[in-house]
Amino acid sequence: MTSVGVAAGRRTPKLSRSRTLGLFYGFLGIMLAFRVAPALSDMPRKFSFGRGPDALGWTFNPQAVTVVIGLTLIVFAVLSFFEGRARRLVQGALIMGSVLGAVMILVASIALSQSSSTNVVPLLVQSLKLGSPIALGALAGMWSERSGVVNIGIEGMMLAGAGIGFVGYALLNGGRGGASLYVAVVIAILAGGLFAALHAVLSVSFRTDQVVSGVAVNLGAIGLTSFLRTQVLVPLNADSATTLSEFSIPLLSAIPIFGDELFVAKPIFFLTFVLFGASAFVLHRTRWGLRVRSVGENPYAAESLGINVIKIRYQAVILGGLIAGLAGAQFSLETVGSFDDQMTNGTGFIALAALVFGKWRPGSVLAAAMFFGFARALGVRIQLLGVEIGGFGLPSQFLQAVPYVVTLVVLAGAVGRAIPPGAVGRPYKRPQ
Amino acid sequence: MELSEPPVLEIRGVTKTFPGVVANDDISFTLRPGEIHCLLGENGAGKSTLMNIVFGLYQADSGEILRDGQPVSFGSPADAIAARIGMVHQHFQLVPTLSVLENVVLGAETVRRGVLQLGSARETLVSLSDRYGLPIDPDALVGDLSVGVRQRVELLRTLYRDAQILIFDEPTAVLTPGEVEDFLATTRAFVDSGKSIIFITHKLGEVLAVADRITVIRGGRTVGTTTPDETSEAELASMMVGREVSFTVDKGVADPGEVVLQVSSLAVSDDRGVETVRNCSLEVRAGEIYGVAGVEGNGQRELVEALAGMRTVLGGSVRIDGQDVTGRSPRQITDLGVGHIPEDRTRHGLIAGFSLADNLVLNQYHRPELSRFGVRRRQVIVDRAAELVDQYDIRTSGIAAPAGQLSGGNQQKAVVARELSRPLKLLLVAQPTRGLDVGSIEFIHSRLIDLRDQGVAILLVSAELDEILGLADTIGVLYRGQIVATMAAADAARSEIGLLMASGNAAA
Repeated sequence: MTSVGVAAGRRTPKLSRSRTLGLFYGFLGIMLAFRVAPALSDMPRKFSFGRGPDALGWTFNPQAVTVVIGLTLIVFAVLSFFEGRARRLVQGALIMGSVLGAVMILVASIALSQSSSTNVVPLLVQSLKLGSPIALGALAGMWSERSGVVNIGIEGMMLAGAGIGFVGYALLNGGRGGASLYVAVVIAILAGGLFAALHAVLSVSFRTDQVVSGVAVNLGAIGLTSFLRTQVLVPLNADSATTLSEFSIPLLSAIPIFGDELFVAKPIFFLTFVLFGASAFVLHRTRWGLRVRSVGENPYAAESLGINVIKIRYQAVILGGLIAGLAGAQFSLETVGSFDDQMTNGTGFIALAALVFGKWRPGSVLAAAMFFGFARALGVRIQLLGVEIGGFGLPSQFLQAVPYVVTLVVLAGAVGRAIPPGAVGRPYKRPQ
Repeated sequence: MELSEPPVLEIRGVTKTFPGVVANDDISFTLRPGEIHCLLGENGAGKSTLMNIVFGLYQADSGEILRDGQPVSFGSPADAIAARIGMVHQHFQLVPTLSVLENVVLGAETVRRGVLQLGSARETLVSLSDRYGLPIDPDALVGDLSVGVRQRVELLRTLYRDAQILIFDEPTAVLTPGEVEDFLATTRAFVDSGKSIIFITHKLGEVLAVADRITVIRGGRTVGTTTPDETSEAELASMMVGREVSFTVDKGVADPGEVVLQVSSLAVSDDRGVETVRNCSLEVRAGEIYGVAGVEGNGQRELVEALAGMRTVLGGSVRIDGQDVTGRSPRQITDLGVGHIPEDRTRHGLIAGFSLADNLVLNQYHRPELSRFGVRRRQVIVDRAAELVDQYDIRTSGIAAPAGQLSGGNQQKAVVARELSRPLKLLLVAQPTRGLDVGSIEFIHSRLIDLRDQGVAILLVSAELDEILGLADTIGVLYRGQIVATMAAADAARSEIGLLMASGNAAA
């Protein structure tokens, strides 16, 4: 129980976190089973895995499925009151509940649309692809924050990577592909690293408040890239440039149903997963990783053991910046082939949310980022399906927002308190 | 010990000033091979500063350090470690989220192409642990360990680095009497294996038990060096303080009255949700001091915080003067005439950024005498503060100075002054003299006795068994959140309490 909880619950016995979430599920379950289900069509719908009418799939009655989900949520709600006896079971049930919530959104959106089947495979693959820049941003944040430096400047570092990388590309070869494209990616990476170095100088050396320093990075990146766009890109007329080309991974891409969707993609997408694996290894198995963790938890202990806290923080923050720069390149050089002002569009901030959601641990952070990717992909799919309620087109923004609401609920309830690295946000001052 | 052998470490004329304070003034000190050299002095005498200079954490303004006769200059702890000096800090320098093994190797890792090779480190750790009788689980998370075991991790860490000079900064402050004995035996084992030890403490008994030589520091200067055979506790104490010190607390026989505080089957949990106080019952009468003895971490903090209304009571009841106050807020409890001197003065006792004057009225600022229509009456507050500063001898540059600038002893006096500045029925006191010098301790002790004689019920929690034995009329031993034994202080045997503290069982 947190100390805040103690203060709030002094006079009345407090509902535990799990029970609060349980009550919410109970309410949701009753609504779904008794109000929403009857309103849905009972015409069969199909989730297909693959293209064409003969593809494998799951045909279901939306009404029945909604009732089942609703009843399951009610069971979870009841279960949450036995928290004392079966803590793990309850935790699992609460997380399952949120997954069911996501499935429910999908079921509801197809039931409310005009189409009778929807292909699930591209939706899931799309989730990973949309989740990839979020994941890279979150990985950038993880390195910085595990070393004890809050980094809300990820957005700016990504933007710098996207903008400066693309400017380099336009100047080198006018955006016509070739080796200069890869050089441009390297420029993007370095640009992210440069802005991270600025963050490090401000917050580690000069001990500026780390949040203020991060804001400075964000504003600086917006200004600089916008300036470069009007001064360099507009005169060059650089847009619709050639982007990084897709390639397919041998053997894996031959896997039926999803192989040609998932394993035919662009390089930075694949690199995301490689970088996560490498980061997890470096963080937990190497000397440098151990030192980063110690510096982020208790820099004074690290210093007394002869570790150079300042140096490690610089290294970790800049490494994060390099990764953020790569994430930026994914926007301008891998996906779009042009640069627009603020084209990262808040991804860096969602990445921070994924970082907290994933509790600063590589595996969980990746999963959290992909969950946000799913939310984005679902939003797009809902738009395509054209969901209607009672003859009115439901503004897709509503349903697009639902996955984020689910995330909030899960974050508040089932996942529990995320404990950040011990020294995060606190500038380190060497004893004199 | 051959006197002709050169010292392994020599400090010559070290001076270190902090803004406004001379922490070390021309201090000289030698450490001979294979000796335990105690560095004795009050808090703030400059012992820790001196050792932090030796360890490279601070840089001296002038003076020099010689290692094996060679002048050395330590710009950072890395240099000191390279010169095979190890330090166990008063505040442990451990990373709670890492395992024991990771903490031990941190900064001295064995790697192959940057990848940690923990296998050989584990073997070294286990063999050191066997050799010196310091059992440890290499894979336990340090955050889950008790204070005594954490200290073991610190010791093993310096051994792992093969330090030849060990600096222990107040190592016994956090240990139970039994653990202290083990620790002193361990230091002997270190010396027998050829290491030299600097042992910083302000506990005279330990000094006489363990030291080969003793150097006393007062006010940043060396007072003198002696040996246990040539000196006595009384002499050391007067060297330390600069005047004669009385060791016994002067107090008359208590005259207990009605039960003021009655705690029945109390259950409270700590910040992590672990129920650290369980089925705890005790009674404190008017005009007596009830001392709670126990190793730190047995629920003392949670018990006191629950009684003060700062922590949720999960079960049982608290009665003050027969009235059930379970679950009341701190303000409601305060208004019943309950004072609280919290264990951590900087966290719960004072607001460091507020002026001393404002801190002195924190418990009463809302009362009509001190505020009118929600507007504070500055003049009354200032007058009251000036009066308390005078009465309690709080040394400050002015009542407008931020409380955080006061020394620890004066901060504590300010807390005491505030809590005693109004009529009380019950006083909750936790660690009232932690980190204070002998003079402040005497002062606070006599205030507590005065208050008792006025008929106030006092619940005293302290990690210092001597303090409990000296002050309390009734002693309760807290073990794993439960009072396992209650006895009159007059009948209490130190060894028996020590056993109860360690195992919850006098026969063990």
